[in-house]
Amino acid sequence: MARQVRAGSVRIQARGNAVALSGGEAVAYAMRQIDPDVVAVYPITPQTVIVEAFSESVAEGKVGTEMIHVESEHAALSACIGAAAAGARAHTATSGPGLALMWEVLGVASGMRLPIVMHLCTRALSAPINIMCDHSDAMAMRDLGWVMLFGENPQEAYDQALIVQRVAEHRDVLLPSVNVIDGFTVTHSVEGVEVLPDEVVASFVGTYSPLYSLLDPQRRVTFGALDPNEYYYEHKRQQIEAMKNALPVVAATLQEFGELTGRHYNLVEEYRTEDAEVVLVVMGSTAGTVRIAVDNLREDGVRAGVVRVRCFRPFPAEEVAQALRRAKLVGVLDRSLSLGAPGSSLYLEVMAALSQRMLSPYLVNVVHGLGGRNTPVRIIKEAFSQLRLMGLEEQRREPILYLGVRE
Amino acid sequence: MSVEALALKLPVEVRWHGRGGQGVVTASRLLAEAALKEGLFPQSLPDFGAERSGAPLMAYTRVGREHPQERGHVLEPQVVVVLDSTLLGRVKILEGLIQGGILVVNTSASCEALVDRLQLRDLLVCTVDATGIAMKLLGRNIPNSPVLGAFLRVVPIVPLGVMEETIKERLGLRMGAKVVQANLEALHQGYQRAQVRGVAWN
Repeated sequence: MARQVRAGSVRIQARGNAVALSGGEAVAYAMRQIDPDVVAVYPITPQTVIVEAFSESVAEGKVGTEMIHVESEHAALSACIGAAAAGARAHTATSGPGLALMWEVLGVASGMRLPIVMHLCTRALSAPINIMCDHSDAMAMRDLGWVMLFGENPQEAYDQALIVQRVAEHRDVLLPSVNVIDGFTVTHSVEGVEVLPDEVVASFVGTYSPLYSLLDPQRRVTFGALDPNEYYYEHKRQQIEAMKNALPVVAATLQEFGELTGRHYNLVEEYRTEDAEVVLVVMGSTAGTVRIAVDNLREDGVRAGVVRVRCFRPFPAEEVAQALRRAKLVGVLDRSLSLGAPGSSLYLEVMAALSQRMLSPYLVNVVHGLGGRNTPVRIIKEAFSQLRLMGLEEQRREPILYLGVRE
Repeated sequence: MSVEALALKLPVEVRWHGRGGQGVVTASRLLAEAALKEGLFPQSLPDFGAERSGAPLMAYTRVGREHPQERGHVLEPQVVVVLDSTLLGRVKILEGLIQGGILVVNTSASCEALVDRLQLRDLLVCTVDATGIAMKLLGRNIPNSPVLGAFLRVVPIVPLGVMEETIKERLGLRMGAKVVQANLEALHQGYQRAQVRGVAWN
């Protein structure tokens, strides 16, 4: 049955092969199809749903994966690093404090140019202890050389799992890549997910042939050697190039995926921005709520729009600036804090992208959804109306708006 | 009644109340899976964190004709379902329930008694002794199957037969044929034994 549906910001044809899956189960479904050589994990909420579902595929012999239940997240990523250096396709999954414990080895994975795939189910960082969604964990890895794609719903959790596999292993990139999905809101939300046949996935992700392997005695190489002041900087310079290369590779992979599936994604996705005066920039599962708010406001004659950033690393500065070039008022929704900074991460990057191109709309940081705080349409509409008031009256202007918090 | 007959009622948003271990999240998911079979676009989202068995928790189901855009809690449900009557008066089960909405409660009390006790107005009220049915058929207070039966009496967005198939598939993954059969019987009894009363505004 062919029908028009909207997945994310894009209208697509659904072909009636939807399976009811939570975001976490959708990732596990993709992992079964990818059949990684090694999966090393340590359970943490809300990521656990991925590992539970994938463990069943391992137990039932549906994959050839060696699954390693390690003693910590630091060990999980370290095991992936060892496996990837040996030439294996390696995956891990984590959340919040688990990612924080991986922090030391995140840079090791990227510095060694190992195309590991991670599925990050976002979770707030302690303290106070909170297991719900925000982006504090993801933002804390932004400078460590991983390609980062932010999904919006279970469908995208599935799709991006396949897409990051291709990006990570592309010869012009060779960087670890992370499929970022919102904890609970996406990981535990069950929706109809259009899955691809196993053979289509196998052909899309292809067979991995590593450029170098620790286990190849014919081509002996060293990984992760001591690299003092003579060469460290040059190696980092190469990483800069790899990350630059990743941008067109992500774009091309998204396009190829769109041609294959009819689900067309972009680095940056615009919704009703053609004539928009007031625009919110957003990442992750809040995007749909913002689109509904925009539809409501448009009915009232407000020229509102949304710019949704899918690819956060590398940051598509040109595309973001292009999407915002006509807007007079821009609010950037951040779901994390950068305590003491003039704004949170996405805000500062959007500001830099605009500033580098001499664009200067009125730009406000809108912090929302910390620790899983629900962000309904009403709250987003409030953000739009405050933004419009700030645009009209200079004395009302504030650089940061803390949305939905009790003061 | 077919879904087409209810064209004006979609999308529908449901909030489920119960306690950990009573199958609240499973009920919400079963509804979503059955709706998907009917070619609709569902979303089922549990609202719990570190809670364990016995703790009050919620789940939400959205069912529409388009891919769901909104994520997060259902704040203004058309339907509220309560799987545990000890929650009445303890948690705000009526919060946000729209005027003219539907309330489904697992209780051995009659609709009238519930209406009096909660001072209900302008609602369609449905009661079912799901715990009684579950204790008899399953030997445990897991009232979700009979509650789903009662739910489908007043919110017929999927046919009972499709819910049967869904229960067979989902519960069949983890449970034996006898338990699955008992749940199907419980679903039917919930459907048949549900009491329904409309309560006017005044």
